[in-house]
Amino acid sequence: MNSVLRILVQRIGLGILTLFIVSIVIFGSVNLLPGDFAQAILGQGATDEAVAAIREQIGLTKPFWVRYFDWLGALVTGDLGVSYSQLMFAANMGGDQLIPITTQIAPRFYNTMFLAGLTAMIAVPFSLFLGVLAALYRGSVFDRGANIFTLSSISSPEFFLAYILILFLAVQGQWLPSLASVKPDMPLGERVYTTLLPALTLTLVVTAHMMRMTRAAIINLLASPYIEMARLKGISPMRVVVKHALPNALAPIINVIALNLAYLITGVVVVEVVFAYPGIGNLFVDAVRTRDIPMVQICCLIFAAAYILLNLTADVLSILSNPRLRHPK
Amino acid sequence: MTDRDVLLEVRGLKLEGRSDETWTPIVNGVDLTLHKGEVLGLIGESGAGKSTVGLASMGFCRDGVRIAGGSVNFDGIDLVNASAATKRSLLGKRIAYVAQSAAASFNPAHKLIDQHTEAPVQHGVKSRAESEKDAIELYRKLRLPNPEEIGFRYPHQVSGGQLQRAMTAMAMSCRPDLIIFDEPTTALDVTTQIEVLASIRDIVDQFDTAAIYITHDLAVVAQMADRIKVLLKGDEVEEADTRTMLSAPKEDYTKSLWAVRSFQRPQKPAVQTGATSVIAVKNVTAAYGKTPVLFDVSFDIHEGRTVAVVGESGSGKSTTARCITGLLPPREGHIEFEGTALPLDYRKRSKDQLRQAQMIYQMADTALNPRKTIGELIGRPVEFYLGLRGREKRKRVEELLEQIELEPSQYINRLPSELSGGQKQRIGIARALAAEPRFIICDEVTSALDQLVAEGILKLLAKLQDELRLSYMFITHDLATVRAISDEVVVMKDGRVVEQGQKDDMFTPPHHPYTDLLLASVPEMDPDWLTNLLAQRGADNIGDAAVDKMT
Repeated sequence: MNSVLRILVQRIGLGILTLFIVSIVIFGSVNLLPGDFAQAILGQGATDEAVAAIREQIGLTKPFWVRYFDWLGALVTGDLGVSYSQLMFAANMGGDQLIPITTQIAPRFYNTMFLAGLTAMIAVPFSLFLGVLAALYRGSVFDRGANIFTLSSISSPEFFLAYILILFLAVQGQWLPSLASVKPDMPLGERVYTTLLPALTLTLVVTAHMMRMTRAAIINLLASPYIEMARLKGISPMRVVVKHALPNALAPIINVIALNLAYLITGVVVVEVVFAYPGIGNLFVDAVRTRDIPMVQICCLIFAAAYILLNLTADVLSILSNPRLRHPK
Repeated sequence: MTDRDVLLEVRGLKLEGRSDETWTPIVNGVDLTLHKGEVLGLIGESGAGKSTVGLASMGFCRDGVRIAGGSVNFDGIDLVNASAATKRSLLGKRIAYVAQSAAASFNPAHKLIDQHTEAPVQHGVKSRAESEKDAIELYRKLRLPNPEEIGFRYPHQVSGGQLQRAMTAMAMSCRPDLIIFDEPTTALDVTTQIEVLASIRDIVDQFDTAAIYITHDLAVVAQMADRIKVLLKGDEVEEADTRTMLSAPKEDYTKSLWAVRSFQRPQKPAVQTGATSVIAVKNVTAAYGKTPVLFDVSFDIHEGRTVAVVGESGSGKSTTARCITGLLPPREGHIEFEGTALPLDYRKRSKDQLRQAQMIYQMADTALNPRKTIGELIGRPVEFYLGLRGREKRKRVEELLEQIELEPSQYINRLPSELSGGQKQRIGIARALAAEPRFIICDEVTSALDQLVAEGILKLLAKLQDELRLSYMFITHDLATVRAISDEVVVMKDGRVVEQGQKDDMFTPPHHPYTDLLLASVPEMDPDWLTNLLAQRGADNIGDAAVDKMT
């Protein structure tokens, strides 16, 4: 077990290091953007004194590295800062109750995670199931049909898929709402019902990858001697695939699943906008539009963290799926 | 034998394999009759269609193989026309299979016992608990260590010989009427092989199971089979009971198989003491990372001589070769070439020093770049080491091809995939010769080849040695090869040299106990050899058990 533990610690260390580097890249590249943020906050008619005061207030006069480490230090202690839109609101309207980013982002983050989770719960079993069946009946009409279906869904733009689903399921069928406007106090059932249409759209987008990898990974193993052995023991084809091939095909499948789950969190922007879903994607789009630097930075960092965390989990799981590492000699 | 009931009857079996979208015949009409409780040996070289026939007699074809004609009748059931479900109900339950490589044929994701109990439980023969109990009983019968516990390990936690016995136990799990053994000991060391042979023979005897025993090793089949059938390129050559077949083979092909083992090059006279060796390994100690693998290894190789390095897998033979070539710099000790020490790391050696020591590998298939033609493969070292180009280079390549007895105009533009195994190995030899070395390391160069082909390679190497005054280090685990080609022998075990000396001395007693065990474990053509050996030594004094006792 020692070696597994060592690998785990190594991977987590690497993950943290990657996140650190990503944070420098995000902070640095956002700072390279042209334009004066103080000017942007106050608008065209602001006096020079007011602009200077704002610059002083949000720390833009300090050197880059000082600002970076101030920001990082605050992040580590859980203080995500205050968005410019809040500062602007305070500057123009008065009042001293500034809402921190944490409070703004928390419900959005929850919504995005909810959508990603719901999609994963539909898409992962669905694509594994399709992949196993396609491997089992490879070359058959079912196999080809599944391949064509998933390929054409991944080749279509997300908004197109979204509108097709809205057309059939919301407009003509009237089964599902076309606007996924979830509210914080919704009961779970209603929340799922409201979120179902964006979740289905995302399912169509991510299924192809996972299903094809499952199929390929299993077929890759079907020529191996232990599969032949299982067949020579008179085991049924379904059991051969599920019991003998699938456990050995897990490592590549897990990795593709993780990549797709990460996509569910970071790539939802279009789908959230189409369905007016109050998630991080929508927030991110708004923040970019209003040049709200602190908010953009935090959103980017969350996306990066999601990627790193999911890939880390995938690494660890695929290591654990190897019996040689789980049960050393 | 004829008074017993017929269990399996194969008539005129024709098999075809698909290559390049067309079906070509691989087996052209084989007949086979097996009675209850009888063991039939099926022998022939690789490509003779033994395994394919073995599988087809279970009604099973690999992908790209089909039954083109004939009948397979198992106890009244027509396996050629039976439905997949009917065949499934027989496989594992009444007909079982033991594969060549147990390490590859056990599923790495499940414990041995889970795989053992799968067939009985799925076929509804036994409950899981009954089957587990039975497994432990079978493990005990097959003399596996810790029978109570060994089943609860994963395949990678069990050694090769033990896995092979566990696989035999698994085949026995439903007490089948017929077991197909497909080269079950080919991948094992000799001392391990003998144990597996003894336990397979025991258990087949005890349960009166009929078996088809497929192998290319005549001495092995002589111990196991009641009758022997010889196959050649998909055709039946002859069939007779074991003793008749061994003492009076009828067909020329069979006789040639029998004769192969007699090739032996006389030992050259010992070199004078004090003569400078071509390669000297001096007190070499080496490790992979923190794992030590070689301990104080020393031996000399003289001009025009062959030193055979013998030992079982893991004894450090190939590691020694890696040290000599500088791929693995030793921790201590050094390598001398004609009296001067070579830099330990190959990256620090000069081109001329690199040129002097070449290698020929076991798997010519993987050692030759499949996308280069023969001319390019051999031309590369000619250009790299000797700086020849254009017409000179081509002339040299043609000379080399002539030396390895392949017609240059026919072969120079071919790809490796268009050659047979033996021809590929010859190309490996030509590539080593291209550098014009003094010294060549041959790493198990004949172990992947059939006996007749292997003999050709050994003769070629011997001829080249005489012509070019080459020195060979011959790594092998096969004592017949040692006897055939070597002048001196170095026996290795667990990274140490346990005995070394002239070949003739090594093959005459008294031996070091380990050398003695190695020699005693090599099967002989005598069908009573195994029985006698067991009677003489006892089951605990052969194989791994004996090795364990020694250490």
